[in-house]
Amino acid sequence: MSERRTGKPAKRALSGKRKEQARREFLRTAAMATGMVGFSLLGFLPVVQGKSLHLRPPGAVKTVDDEQQFLASCIKCGQCVQVCPVEAIRLADLDQGFAVGTPYIDARAQACDFSCDGLQCVLACPTGSLNHDLDYPADTRMGFARLSRPGACLAIQGKGFRGQARGPDYRGVLRYDEIDRWNPIAVADHPYDLELCDLCVRQCPIEIRITQCAAKAAQKSDEKLARVAEQVGNECPPVHAIALEETQMPNGELRMAPVIKEGCVGCGVCEMICPPEPPAIVIDIDKITVLPVG
Amino acid sequence: MSYFSESLRQMFGAEPHKPSKEEISAEASEVHLHKKVNPFSRADFEAVYETHGNGGTKWRNRRWATLIAVNMLFVISYYFDIQILEGALTASRFVGFHMADLNSALQVMLAYKHLVLNLVIGTVTVFILWVLLGGRTFCSWVCPYHLISEWAEKLHLLLASRNLVTDHSFDRRVRSVLYLVFALLALVSGYTVFETVSPTGILSRALIYGPGIALIWVGLVLLVEIFYSRRAWCRYVCPIGVTYGVVGTLSPIRVKYNVKHCHHEGDCRKVCLVPHVLSMTIKGRATNFDMDIGADCTRCGMCVDICPTDSLDFVLGYGKKSQ
Repeated sequence: MSERRTGKPAKRALSGKRKEQARREFLRTAAMATGMVGFSLLGFLPVVQGKSLHLRPPGAVKTVDDEQQFLASCIKCGQCVQVCPVEAIRLADLDQGFAVGTPYIDARAQACDFSCDGLQCVLACPTGSLNHDLDYPADTRMGFARLSRPGACLAIQGKGFRGQARGPDYRGVLRYDEIDRWNPIAVADHPYDLELCDLCVRQCPIEIRITQCAAKAAQKSDEKLARVAEQVGNECPPVHAIALEETQMPNGELRMAPVIKEGCVGCGVCEMICPPEPPAIVIDIDKITVLPVG
Repeated sequence: MSYFSESLRQMFGAEPHKPSKEEISAEASEVHLHKKVNPFSRADFEAVYETHGNGGTKWRNRRWATLIAVNMLFVISYYFDIQILEGALTASRFVGFHMADLNSALQVMLAYKHLVLNLVIGTVTVFILWVLLGGRTFCSWVCPYHLISEWAEKLHLLLASRNLVTDHSFDRRVRSVLYLVFALLALVSGYTVFETVSPTGILSRALIYGPGIALIWVGLVLLVEIFYSRRAWCRYVCPIGVTYGVVGTLSPIRVKYNVKHCHHEGDCRKVCLVPHVLSMTIKGRATNFDMDIGADCTRCGMCVDICPTDSLDFVLGYGKKSQ
């Protein structure tokens, strides 16, 4: 290195021009290194501002207001994106700073309906960023549903619902067990005709599973259950997530309204399927229920 | 100086060691002396160029084909759901086997401070793979940014030949400094800070999952390379190159230099991404008849393609002699 050479008296000294070149190179280098580190640290901004907080896939290692562990452990490879049968998972862009390349879910566009059954994203995660201790959808805690616009809720208005839940152009998909056990179909291809709108309850993956478990329990030992999990029954959600209940309105009237229960995992299907725009029910990521002891 | 220590010295930014007379083997001295007594004439050079032309593209073609094939395998695996190579360059599964980019894995381990078995398996697999395949071979044979940067370099050289731009060099030691800074930032901040700006990760994800605004950053880096400093990212910044370079010190796949017929005209150093590794091709610098090119070499084969005297070639083995 030129600087080092000047330090040794035995070697001939650099000419003025060379010295100037070396000085400039040093300054350039210092500026470039500072700029590089500075720019990469800009990624901190969206994180400290909380702008990078999102609904994350099941099992994300995070707390409700701190995603540091999740952002640190995620290797930004998108394997969770690739295995998701309903393509609910997307990767964050550079405007999310340090969260670039991390998976999130936009529930209104496409929620996680657990139609993979086995939590494929968790199994695919190479770094444990989606916690491998998670076994069943009911163990998940992604967020918590909230009736954000009760006035828009069709059930509260006493209205039914007829037609495509999100209109003909909506591209989201859900699994309808009674139609195809293995492949999700477009919500637009599955019109409803309901006397009283109960879409958020009807499509709740936790409620669907509870109903299935109840049906199996009713049949009991008549047929042999295929999987160990089914036999043991530990994939059956222990508590309800949502129910349509007679509720007293502020004006004293009694109306049927969706009530969110502690079994809600925050998957976002209710937000996705809710017909009004914007939806009457949304997922809050800053609230979860404590995992029921299993 | 041993291959190992000289490789690492150069990789961390030191100027190549200039051998003293005592360090040059008798064999090599003889060649140097012979060339001094019988200097190459202009006719000698012309005769060689006559037979070799302006260098081939054999290794470049093979390399580009490999690089595009690997990256397309990621894309089609996802697009057609054939599950051969799932994930992105940062971490993936090849027919089910975990693979993790060594630098990304390092960042995650430093930031997260926990080890997950799958990540360890993936890291060890990739470590062994790149020891076998040549370390920085990752850079020139797999990294998508390398290919785009190569095209930017062509543009830079074209503009430079018309005196429209000049190459501004940086002190090469800055890459080691940045390596340490990014490692420390991951450790202290708990975030994988480097991944935010890594064009390798950004490009790989953009190819597989679709483009995003992160590509603007990659574009900016390319603009710097075209108009200000040739191959700046790979030469002076990228910690991925350092990680794989260190792995490459153990690799038996190397480019080998034989001093005997070399004309010392320096074409190899002109095309090279890391010309310091070719310092032994300077007249009088070779200490042995056969020498292995240092581990900072990306094994891209451009020097092999351009060498008019076949003095450079790929070799499998540690310091294997030719003939």
